[in-house]
Amino acid sequence: MRLLLCALLIVSVAFVIALPFVLPVYPETLATETLILGLFAMSIDILAGVTGRVPLGHGAIFGAGGYVVAYHVAVAGGNAWIGMLLGIVTSAAVAALFGALAVRTTGVYFLLLTLAEGMIVWGICFRWTSVTGAENGIRGVARPALIADPHIFYYFVLLTVALAGFLIWRLVHSPFGQALRGISESSSRMRTLGYNVPFTLTIAFTLSGVFAGLAGILLVFLNNFVSPSNVSLEQSTQGLLMVILGGAGTLWGALVGSAVIILLSNLVSAYTERWSMILGLMFIVTMLFASEGLIGKAKALARSYSAGRKTT
Amino acid sequence: MDRRKFLGIAAASAAALLVPLDPLKVLAQGGPIRIGFLSPLTGAAAASGRELVDGWNLYWQQAGTRIAGREVQVIVEDDGSTPDIALQKARRLVQQQNVHVLVGDILANTGLAVAEFVKGTGTPYFLPVIAADDLTQRKRIPNVLRMPGFSASQMTRPLADWCLKQGYRKAATIGQDYTFGHEQSGGFVQTFSEGGGSVVGQLWHPFNTSDFSPYLGQIPGMKPDVVFAVETGADSTRLLQQWATFGLKGQIPLTTSQNTTDQSIIRNLTPAETEGIISVAHFAEGRDDPETRAFVQAYEKAYGKLPAIFAAEGYTGGLWLADALKKINGKVEDIKLLLSTVRSEVVPDSPLGKNLRMDDYGNPIFDIYIRRVTKRADGKMVNTVIATYPQVSQFWHYNPEEYMKQPSYSRTFQGIKK
Repeated sequence: MRLLLCALLIVSVAFVIALPFVLPVYPETLATETLILGLFAMSIDILAGVTGRVPLGHGAIFGAGGYVVAYHVAVAGGNAWIGMLLGIVTSAAVAALFGALAVRTTGVYFLLLTLAEGMIVWGICFRWTSVTGAENGIRGVARPALIADPHIFYYFVLLTVALAGFLIWRLVHSPFGQALRGISESSSRMRTLGYNVPFTLTIAFTLSGVFAGLAGILLVFLNNFVSPSNVSLEQSTQGLLMVILGGAGTLWGALVGSAVIILLSNLVSAYTERWSMILGLMFIVTMLFASEGLIGKAKALARSYSAGRKTT
Repeated sequence: MDRRKFLGIAAASAAALLVPLDPLKVLAQGGPIRIGFLSPLTGAAAASGRELVDGWNLYWQQAGTRIAGREVQVIVEDDGSTPDIALQKARRLVQQQNVHVLVGDILANTGLAVAEFVKGTGTPYFLPVIAADDLTQRKRIPNVLRMPGFSASQMTRPLADWCLKQGYRKAATIGQDYTFGHEQSGGFVQTFSEGGGSVVGQLWHPFNTSDFSPYLGQIPGMKPDVVFAVETGADSTRLLQQWATFGLKGQIPLTTSQNTTDQSIIRNLTPAETEGIISVAHFAEGRDDPETRAFVQAYEKAYGKLPAIFAAEGYTGGLWLADALKKINGKVEDIKLLLSTVRSEVVPDSPLGKNLRMDDYGNPIFDIYIRRVTKRADGKMVNTVIATYPQVSQFWHYNPEEYMKQPSYSRTFQGIKK
């Protein structure tokens, strides 16, 4: 069993690395997009899965970084790397502000408050024509020369997402991550233990925003284009759906959810224009039979399998 | 360990799913002409997207799918009304299905996203609908042409001129508060104010306004001679309904942009709500012209309703493209030749009107009609032509280079001459 797993792992890593050589450019773009949106979903998972606070405004944080890069590169004509840095700082700042306002609430109130915050950013992007180009967005956002080639960009995204994924994993499994889990289970107990709950949550929100912003910037570099749909509610819900589909709190689930949604919406739509219905049915089936998400369900199955083997 | 296992399984299944995506072999010339057609079939613009595809399909059904001995293959894809999905689909059409030409999209941001993508690939991309001014003005892309779409502000200038000729001197505007609304309104008020009229007020409302009373209540106080409205979709329906219920209809003349009294709107309203409303468009389903009549009849027969502008644009887009492909003998691989042919040819006759042609900036020049909603013999409401502005370009009477020095229209810049 262990041997099989190792083999699978090696094969999958080899596949991800060799992907630009074995697949044509279109699936490669899909893989790049999967990785980027997977990172975005992972950033949501820090909040939704670990702290138990489900945000509905992360699209705004994701897109805010993208807008800053787009403006810096395409309008102001600045250096793209510096733009990236500025974008991440902006996203972190937006996230810190969102967090500071929202962390004192829980459950549906947290959901609604973050939703409202996200809508404010969307409103700004949609209306501030002279800066954001409003509905028309900002076009012609060139990638830095070093990563302009689509293959190199794929590796750049792969490396960035791997690194960011590792950092998130470290974060979630650090004492700080344990504190977040503690808050998720009982914030009053954590307060009694001497934790500053709102402050801890704001930090988590801000860190999550850094990764969301990074993903948003990568997406703008992939599409060379940013428009209000990058900061829209749909963006937020799509990220959240990826988390829920893959399994909240598992981190890997975010990547799996992203892969499933992107592949399905592209493969199914080649055969039927009712592809969104199929996607919807899949969500319903997942929620009915695997409410813990695909990864969560698989883990549970594996546990019961190995438990079954031990008893016999 | 579990995590690794399932990562592995996930990657393996992803790999398995990707296998069928092997590219079609790039066929040598003589194979079919492949056209990728993008249209919103789900999401916010789904109803309009359906009519666009219906009009497009109607053309190919009538004209047949062979050009210069080559089969024409159309691959229709849903753009989901969002830029992300539009981009994914455009990438698949170009990079995997190797289409020679892309056509389509309705919402501005979907079209702009695809335009940005084809800027890199060089694929010819023809827009039957997308109206964002700058796409054929300040930020144009050589392989992106409107065919037979219009730029937003091009459409409303003749209407302003017509209003001046009716003796109207004070105009108020009401419109959706986003770029398309700003641009259409900008074209109107700039021409109106430069012709000696004054703008007594501009009202902006958000998308999907369920109640227009806060806006309509302000209009009589402004004492305008004429009101100009730019609305699309459900906003059009509600504005026209409330305009009538508030008793403004018949008191203040209402003029509108092309979408507000489009067939897709007025076919669901009562004659009392729509009759007599003036609008401006490059298509009028009630126009007395053999080509338009033939199209309207065929469309009615095929789909059981009168065609909306989107249907006429889809149809004419097919007609124009097929015309160019015939002229170059089906050599669609020669992108330069195709683009220069499209730019230089004149389409003598179409459901839109006569002598469609491109200006030097990739935007069509065509006749624009001032239309009035009237009752047809069978009781259905149609837009009929009351005045024609022949061969209107997106630059109206301006010098293009001079014109493009002024900023793009926005809520704060409407080009009103003081």
